[in-house]
Amino acid sequence: MPTAPLDTCYQIETPEGIDLPLRPAGLAPRALAYAFDLLARGVIMGILLVPLALLGNLGLGLGALLLFLVSWWYMVLFEVLNQGCSPGKQVMGLRVVQDDGTAIGWSASLIRNLLRFVDMLPFGYFFGAISCLQHPHFKRLGDLAAGTLVVYREQSLARPPLPQAAALRLPFALELSEQRAILGFAERQADLSAERVHELAAIVAAPLQVSPARAVEQLNGVARGLLGPT
Amino acid sequence: MKQSLFESRHQQQWQTFAEQLNQLERGKACEVTDFPYHYRRLCQHLALAQERGYSSYLVDRLQQLALRGHQQLYRHRSQTTANVVAFILADFPRLVREQWRFVLIASLLFFGSLLGIALLVYLFPDLIYSIVSPQQVAEMQSMYDPAASRLGRAAERASSEDWMMFGYYVMHNIGIAFQTFAAGLLFGLGSVFFLVFNGLTIGAVSGYLSEIGYGQTFWSFVIGHGAFELSAIALAGAAGLQLGWSLIAPGPLARSESLRLAARKSVQMLCGVMVFLLIAAFIEAYWSSTTSIAPWIKYLVGSALWLLVAAYLIFAGRTRHAPD
Repeated sequence: MPTAPLDTCYQIETPEGIDLPLRPAGLAPRALAYAFDLLARGVIMGILLVPLALLGNLGLGLGALLLFLVSWWYMVLFEVLNQGCSPGKQVMGLRVVQDDGTAIGWSASLIRNLLRFVDMLPFGYFFGAISCLQHPHFKRLGDLAAGTLVVYREQSLARPPLPQAAALRLPFALELSEQRAILGFAERQADLSAERVHELAAIVAAPLQVSPARAVEQLNGVARGLLGPT
Repeated sequence: MKQSLFESRHQQQWQTFAEQLNQLERGKACEVTDFPYHYRRLCQHLALAQERGYSSYLVDRLQQLALRGHQQLYRHRSQTTANVVAFILADFPRLVREQWRFVLIASLLFFGSLLGIALLVYLFPDLIYSIVSPQQVAEMQSMYDPAASRLGRAAERASSEDWMMFGYYVMHNIGIAFQTFAAGLLFGLGSVFFLVFNGLTIGAVSGYLSEIGYGQTFWSFVIGHGAFELSAIALAGAAGLQLGWSLIAPGPLARSESLRLAARKSVQMLCGVMVFLLIAAFIEAYWSSTTSIAPWIKYLVGSALWLLVAAYLIFAGRTRHAPD
């Protein structure tokens, strides 16, 4: 029985009966995203307060309302209206979702952002950082109460180049995991050094009944054969 | 079926689906038709691709599409914004009555410390200096000086300043309510602290100002908006206590689950608190601060407002078929 790989992947099962993986984001990218948001808020306040200050008392009142909006509602508004991304999260490629992978709603966003106050205690996000570091899915206290999760946004994938080889069939049937492994080997070959590629291919040289030197070519051929004509 | 055949056969459908997703994510829902059908077909393709052992590139791409589709198709019903009128007329007072234990405890803590210290300071005025700094005492004193023409946090105010004070009250008071609520996460202790702390400060100031003979200006100023403002702070504290209690005594649930359920309830309570505080800020800026109205009218209106708040919280939404 192989042990589960050391992975932070978080699986959700949808009503259609498929498992979707989410990748929770750790403390460092989240802290950077928050720092960016803090800066953005400072800039917004700085830009808007100057003309408001010229308006006199009315401007001061509006400024106070603005300060309230920016300090308590900035995150909530962005998260709910912008697909779970505040500007900082957008920059860092993060988003907030509910525990079951659905988009975040008003009440959950309000809870997680109001409880930010407790995460900041006693100084500099101490509680939040502790909670984030000890939780398997990096939740701070606000996330625990709201049932939300900060995950990496999906990045668009580029089709990996497959190495050229003549397609061939193996004389024996492959298991599903073996098939996936061979295809994975072919797709990720461009990212690996030539030595590593040979080292990996040599592991299966004996079952393939080829010399270790020809194992790479053999595997690529099998991958081509599995994929079919392109 | 070989992967390349599978891909070439369905490529077009996946592209259409991705375009639909782009439109939905930009909020143009009306231009998308048959989305659930396309989504379920994509889920089927994903399941097939996984089952047939197709390559990671294809499976990952389909998974991404399915995830984005899942986020568009399934939503949690938003309870707080579902129906604002029904919430204000019935759901909020019902919620307050449902949580009467926490409301009672929070009210006792807040109003108890307020009245207790007010009485003590009234009897022993020097006590105020152990609660409020001398500088603040002097500030309060000049604010509620019977000689000043307009009242509130600044000594002399023109009517254009009402706007400024409205903004200030909204920011300051709702900020306090949010703090009182959020601190409840620390096993309720934070809420208890803020309730008692605010109770002591307000109580000490009111006791002191009554004692030195500024009672008329002070009480006629605060009685109007106090109905909404003070009860809002007590309710915010109650919401915080509810959070804390869900951690102390989660019952048959796991602590995290119990906290999640309590948070959902208490944030609804907090929405009501925000409405209360907006009303309070409005009254405070535009009604309480005028001095042209005789104090007895202010006392009368203020008492009516207290009765109104009490009646609202106790009786609103009692009928089975509440207006919704």
